[in-house]
Order: sequence, then structure tokens, then C-alpha cells
Amino acid sequence: MTITYYLALSVILFTLGAVGVLVRRNAIVIFMSLELMFNAANLVFVAYAAYYQLINSQLFVFFVMTVAAAEVAVGLALMVAIFRTKHSIDVDQMSALKG
Amino acid sequence: MALGSVILFAVLALVVVGSALGMLLSRNAVYAALFLVLNFATVALLYLILGAPFIALTQITVYAGAIMILFLFVIMLLGAEKLPDTARSGRQRWVAALVALVFLAEVGLYVAYRGSNLAGMPALTADFGSPVAVGLALFEKYQLPFEITSVILLSALVGAILLTRQEKQRS
Repeated sequence: MTITYYLALSVILFTLGAVGVLVRRNAIVIFMSLELMFNAANLVFVAYAAYYQLINSQLFVFFVMTVAAAEVAVGLALMVAIFRTKHSIDVDQMSALKG
Repeated sequence: MALGSVILFAVLALVVVGSALGMLLSRNAVYAALFLVLNFATVALLYLILGAPFIALTQITVYAGAIMILFLFVIMLLGAEKLPDTARSGRQRWVAALVALVFLAEVGLYVAYRGSNLAGMPALTADFGSPVAVGLALFEKYQLPFEITSVILLSALVGAILLTRQEKQRS
């Protein structure tokens, strides 16, 4: 097993996440695509931890997970607040600041 | 290179990519969330193979457990699974295709130029990535970042409560 396999899998995951952010309109699905991209980055961290036999990058994954949890909590709260005023979470409708 | 480990990796990678595609393509947001749970659980299995049992179980409990439950709560609270979700039109789709091509071309170039230099994965010692090792590194070397994450979580907590609080009627 070389590390290239893990890198390739991670890039495919990251690409699918980026495409999801750009293509979908449901804001919750966009958030899920962001989580997919976090996951791809975490996979690279863990793969390199095993490759270089260093525990440090596993701790980075731990911190990334913490930040992701905080991001999801605030993001979903934002989603609820937006839904209350606009009765939609379609990102194409969130254009009140558009000139 | 053991053939068994390659076959195991191929099966897991297929499930990971397939569930990510399922999340992207499913119209119903609840199905998307369930595909994402499958994805996270399978990536946790990859972490186990890579000698990170603590991270794998954190992934299961935090991601596949807590975060996805939060997603499902919000989807059902807002009734978001019934919202029409057509793909965005025109230009944005081309941008998405371009981004995908650029990412894949980057990794292709990387493998073409550097891939041959990368050796195989070294054999892992039994206690590599064990909860003891992770905990010792976390509390000795990375104590300040660990404390900062607690501040981040606290501010996220306060922010989430503040954002979802019902506005009082001003008389």
C-alpha cells in the first residue's frame, strides 16, 4: 500500500465536496459537502501520520473535528435564523445584499 | 505489497466514493444525510487501517453521531427535505466542472512527478496512535491549542443560542 492511494482517494472526496458546494442550492446539502471536504483533509492528515510515524498530525485531525463541530453548530443556527425570515434555505434566494 | 490490503482498501474506497456521489445526487436531504453517515463510518474504517483507533472512534461519535444528528434535526425542523432542489443553472455548473478538472489534474501531476519517490507505508507498531499516546501528546505538547478549542466550542455555543433566540416583541 503506498500513500498515493490515500492521496488519490482524498482528492476525489475533496473534488466531490467542492462540486457539491458549487452545484447544489439547498444550503444544508452545501454544508454537508463542506463536511465532506473536511473529511478529505483529515484523511490526508491521518495517512501522513502513518507514513511518517508521527502522532502530531492525528492531533491536527482532532482539532479540525472540534472546529468543524463549532462551524456546524453556528452554521445550522444561521440556517434556522434565515429560514425564519425568508421561509427558504435556497442559496439563490439569499441575494438581499446583491447590488 | 499484500494483495489483501489492496483489495480491502479498494472496497472501502468504492464505498466512500459511492456514498459521496449518493450524497451529491440524492434529491432528498434526509437521504443525503444518511449517505454522509455511511461515508463518515467508512472513512473511520480507513483510519483504523492507518493505525488511528482513537481518531476513528472520535470520527464515529462526533461526526457520524453528533454532527449528523444535528443535521437531521435541522432538516426535519425546517422541513427541508421537501424543498425543491434543482441544480444551479449555467455558469456555476461550468465553474464546478472546471474546479473538479483542476483538482484532478493537480493530483495527476503530483503522482506523475513525485509518486514514484514515495515509499510504501511502513509497518505500524502496536501502540502507535493508541489513546494513551494521543492523550499524552495532547496534554503535554498541545495543551494550549487544546484549551483554545474549548474557548472555540464555548463561543460557538453562545453564538448558536444567540442566533436562534426568538426576538422579543418590542412595544
